[in-house]
Amino acid sequence: MSNSKIIKNKIFLKSINGSAIFVMILLAGFFITLLVSSFPAIKANGLSFLWGKTWDPVNDNYGMLPFLIGTLITSFLALLISAPFSIAAALFLGEYFPKGIIPNIFRNVIELLAAIPSVVYGFWGLFTVAPLVRALEIKLHVPAAGLGIFSASIVLSIMLIPYSVSLIRQVISMTPIQLKEAAYALGCTRTEVIMKVILPANISGISAGFLLSLGRALGETMAVTVLIGNSPKLPTSIFSPSNTMASLIANEFNEAVGSVYSASLVEIGLLLFVVTTIINLLGRVVIRRYTVKA
Amino acid sequence: MKNTTLKLKHLAVVAVVGLGLVACNSTGGDNAADKQLLGAGSTFGYPIYSKMFSDYSAANAGTQTNYQSIGSGGGIKQLMSKTVDFGASDAFLSDDDMTKAPAPVVQFPTCLGAVVVSYNLPGSPELKLTPDLLAGIFLGTITKWNDDKIKAENAGVDLPATDITVAHRSDGSGTSYIFTDYLSKVNADWKSKVGVGKSPNWPVGLGGKGNEGVAGVIKQTPGAIGYVELTYALQNQMSFASLKNAAGNFVKPSLESTSLCANGDIPADTRISIANSTVDQAYPISSFTWILLYKEQKYDNRSKEKATNLVKELWWMIHDGQKDCNALNYAPLPTKAVAAAEAVLKSVTYDNQPILQ
Repeated sequence: MSNSKIIKNKIFLKSINGSAIFVMILLAGFFITLLVSSFPAIKANGLSFLWGKTWDPVNDNYGMLPFLIGTLITSFLALLISAPFSIAAALFLGEYFPKGIIPNIFRNVIELLAAIPSVVYGFWGLFTVAPLVRALEIKLHVPAAGLGIFSASIVLSIMLIPYSVSLIRQVISMTPIQLKEAAYALGCTRTEVIMKVILPANISGISAGFLLSLGRALGETMAVTVLIGNSPKLPTSIFSPSNTMASLIANEFNEAVGSVYSASLVEIGLLLFVVTTIINLLGRVVIRRYTVKA
Repeated sequence: MKNTTLKLKHLAVVAVVGLGLVACNSTGGDNAADKQLLGAGSTFGYPIYSKMFSDYSAANAGTQTNYQSIGSGGGIKQLMSKTVDFGASDAFLSDDDMTKAPAPVVQFPTCLGAVVVSYNLPGSPELKLTPDLLAGIFLGTITKWNDDKIKAENAGVDLPATDITVAHRSDGSGTSYIFTDYLSKVNADWKSKVGVGKSPNWPVGLGGKGNEGVAGVIKQTPGAIGYVELTYALQNQMSFASLKNAAGNFVKPSLESTSLCANGDIPADTRISIANSTVDQAYPISSFTWILLYKEQKYDNRSKEKATNLVKELWWMIHDGQKDCNALNYAPLPTKAVAAAEAVLKSVTYDNQPILQ
């Protein structure tokens, strides 16, 4: 190697390291800023903020439990609804038809789902999904508002599909050919190959895809705000109106006057950060435990 | 590798050119800066303010006002941190906020808004509501449309047996403030259980973001009832209820019945809630919207020219500017309110000298 090549290589490595460290510093910066700005609320609300059921800015009484529950239920329900569709689409594109014009179009269409602004999803949900959900609620004899956790989760699940599909499709298409051929040689049908070889072999990649989309679901704001009904009460069923942490911040931060009020909203942001981190870490542990060792 | 370097070079060139442009932009003349005014706040006032500012600029050779509709709370915050020349708010400053301000702040009304109660019932009948009915519905104690109490006021209207779905604002909003301020004045239960606020703890109902969010819930849900700004309801031809006012008359919301609310006595600092007015034909859920500025305009190296331009423009808004109100469905200030606002603007000083002679 010539000298200039070595120098170029060094600069390249340095800049990559620098960028990676910068992202870490940024993340730490977010955390510290949130912690500092939420300090007045942490002092005023105390620990009961974590399990308080009332959110009453008029009397400066704040509790985050309804929003935490709302966030977790909508996100996991959305993930549950989207999972079968994501895996099916990923198998179609990664295993059955990895190449060709039509699969290419399909792939692009699915990826385009990620490019639709979430407010558009929200209003589409309000005018299309909510009336259908209301019709269902009338049949089930529950209070029929159409807006609530269920409507929000359905729309959210569609928004998650492109994120999980793009990752899962890639890992599925990279399944070692030897594994598949060995299974066929043993007389497996295609279904058996998929169910017993491809999916188990890629369980960690598939879980990573779902974890990515879960992160997206936890933080989604606008579409959820439009559809969830924005009620600060603890939900009693999946058809109840509820609210999420991100949606609460988006709704109330602009007009939050008073130091404890605005700091409490920042504290919600801080805890959303913590909750997302915990879920991600738990997800990694689960993935590691269930990964099939080759 | 080569390709990447090339791209990086391009990126660098773009960045340098961009920085240069920004640098050029920031070096403007000092005279021009005196004619650049900055305001922020109320989203409710945004349409009328932008019309007024553009009309004023056309009539007065170039005072440019940049108004950011970031919400009343944001407007107050920005005024407190002195990043804007004036703030705009749908609620007047509380005593608490007045003492927290870094310097004395004055405020005056610019126009009036009303909040109307809209609903989704088959055939869009014209409903009559009393203060107690309204509070009962929003407290969740009246849950069916064919409740005897609603029937009693609406003889001849075919009320269905459907559940009432309450719709309210989910975002912190001056509209919610005006609505809850009214309910607190007319209903003791509401006052003790919920109170007045931009984001109160709603006992029942669904939240929609913005007027359009609430209107969306109302339109989408049979049996829904909610509140929106009069301006929004008029522009979108929504049906709304007549309300029984303090004088005992059922009044339909309109620009005229809204303006009437403010035709009572107004305190010198203009900090008054005009909801539940005792004027005979006044629509009861109304409120001023205010502009706030520092009483002493000499701060942070502001020039006298800038302060004068600001006060002159505000003066224009409460006089010639009022003609813009009706076209945009805002209720103009009645004479007593204009007089009160004039007194406030005359009290604004630069270096302890009144700006307006």
